[in-house]
Amino acid sequence: MATYSTNEFKNGLKVMIDGEPCSIQDLDVVKPGKGQAFTRIKVKFLKTGRVVERTYKSGESIEAADVMDTEMQYLYTDGDAWHFMHQDTFEQYAADANAVGDASKWLKDQDICDVTLFNNVPIAVTTPNFVVLKIAESDPGVRGDTASGGGKPATLETGAVVRVPLFIEEGELIKVDTRTGEYAGRAKE
Amino acid sequence: MDWQPTSRLEALQQRADTLNTIRAFFARKRVLEVETPYLSCAANTDPYIDSLDAWYQATISSGKEIRYLHTSPEFPMKRLLASGCGSIFQICKVFRQGEQGRLHNPEFTMLEWYRPDMHYRALMEEVAELVQCVLPVEYQVSSCEHLSYRDAFERYADIHPFTASTKELIECAQHHGVGDVPGLSSDDRDGWLSLLLTHLVERHLGISKLTFLYDFPISQASLANIRQDSPPVAERFELYVNGIELANGFQELTDARIQRERFEHDLRVRQEKGLTDVPIDENMLDALEHGLPSCSGVALGIDRLCMIIMGVSCIDEVLTFPFGRA
Repeated sequence: MATYSTNEFKNGLKVMIDGEPCSIQDLDVVKPGKGQAFTRIKVKFLKTGRVVERTYKSGESIEAADVMDTEMQYLYTDGDAWHFMHQDTFEQYAADANAVGDASKWLKDQDICDVTLFNNVPIAVTTPNFVVLKIAESDPGVRGDTASGGGKPATLETGAVVRVPLFIEEGELIKVDTRTGEYAGRAKE
Repeated sequence: MDWQPTSRLEALQQRADTLNTIRAFFARKRVLEVETPYLSCAANTDPYIDSLDAWYQATISSGKEIRYLHTSPEFPMKRLLASGCGSIFQICKVFRQGEQGRLHNPEFTMLEWYRPDMHYRALMEEVAELVQCVLPVEYQVSSCEHLSYRDAFERYADIHPFTASTKELIECAQHHGVGDVPGLSSDDRDGWLSLLLTHLVERHLGISKLTFLYDFPISQASLANIRQDSPPVAERFELYVNGIELANGFQELTDARIQRERFEHDLRVRQEKGLTDVPIDENMLDALEHGLPSCSGVALGIDRLCMIIMGVSCIDEVLTFPFGRA
């Protein structure tokens, strides 16, 4: 079992905490001039995204997490699982709804995304910051309608709903910021 | 771009100005600037401070002799005091194994000074006077706070650090959500006190003012004199500004026999912890045997002082080339 000592800690290191894979987000050594040193870390649980702080006596070791971020191509979903293919090995991986999470709203066949593997099983899917998607359905905008803040809802080909400007019509391509879920501009094919 | 310095040019200028002000301060007070060796055949025995070692060879074919880079100039400065030099100060680089972080760099600049016939309470006033000379104006007008170790723990952790059992210290840490510390043994009383100090107390100390924390548990006396109060306390102080520990001072222990016992106790603790054995500074003990004048002394971290003056949160911002770029 691989372990890391507190003096090997660095940002981005993947470790096991409470039996779950985590990524170190921030760390600091806390030491009185004359007294015991502590290593304080901020970690993100990779499965849930929850961020917590932990303190270790300096010199302690914790278990390494067998975690890898891998670029994969999204293939299709069968409703229960989302299927991805490794770009180099062509190996296929199935991710469940927990792992895919919000990314499912932005996944389109053949898109490339980051799949986080823990013990070779997908636990998280990260889409690119911007994706281009087609408007599947949107009512025509009503000119002069200011009550709706100058926008209207539009359903995308993936099923996600975003607010778009009134001039955007069905069948058009738009760019969406996946981090905020907001319209980021018109796009070309 | 690792060739570049991590500090801005203003930080270099500010450091140079600060050092000039400090030297002028001591010149006014007739405190003599001295230099002592960085390389010593003895090391610091403190179980929580590790020395870096270096190897010396007289010629390429001769055997190697071990030397230790000093972790503070305390021992040779005390030898100077015993030889009758009077008040002295030193500004030097010191070296500590494994200390790296937001407030730590393995080599850092220390200002250390000793005042024969000055009580540690009076030395606290002198520390405040010096620090107020260089800190921004808001610290110059604010008053100094003097808080005993005991009062600080009672105020900010709601526990009496001298009478509470180790179990109660752990419960206190748990109550405040910092009780889960892998590796910290349930009988390591000073370890838990350090945890409470660093996690609960420190952040309240020296907020927009200078706070002196004084009279420590005797288990943390280090090289300080112990006063037989009830309970007895170590005549030791630390200065905090903005939650950062800036200086550590003692009413110096002058008794050679007690000092040797403390060194030997340190070595036993080092052995229990599986740390490397290090040689005791016999020259320093001989100096105490000869006679160290009653004195107080203090060490102050120059880099941290520069951090506070510059208003930055990471030590790298006041260093030209931190350890990772050295």
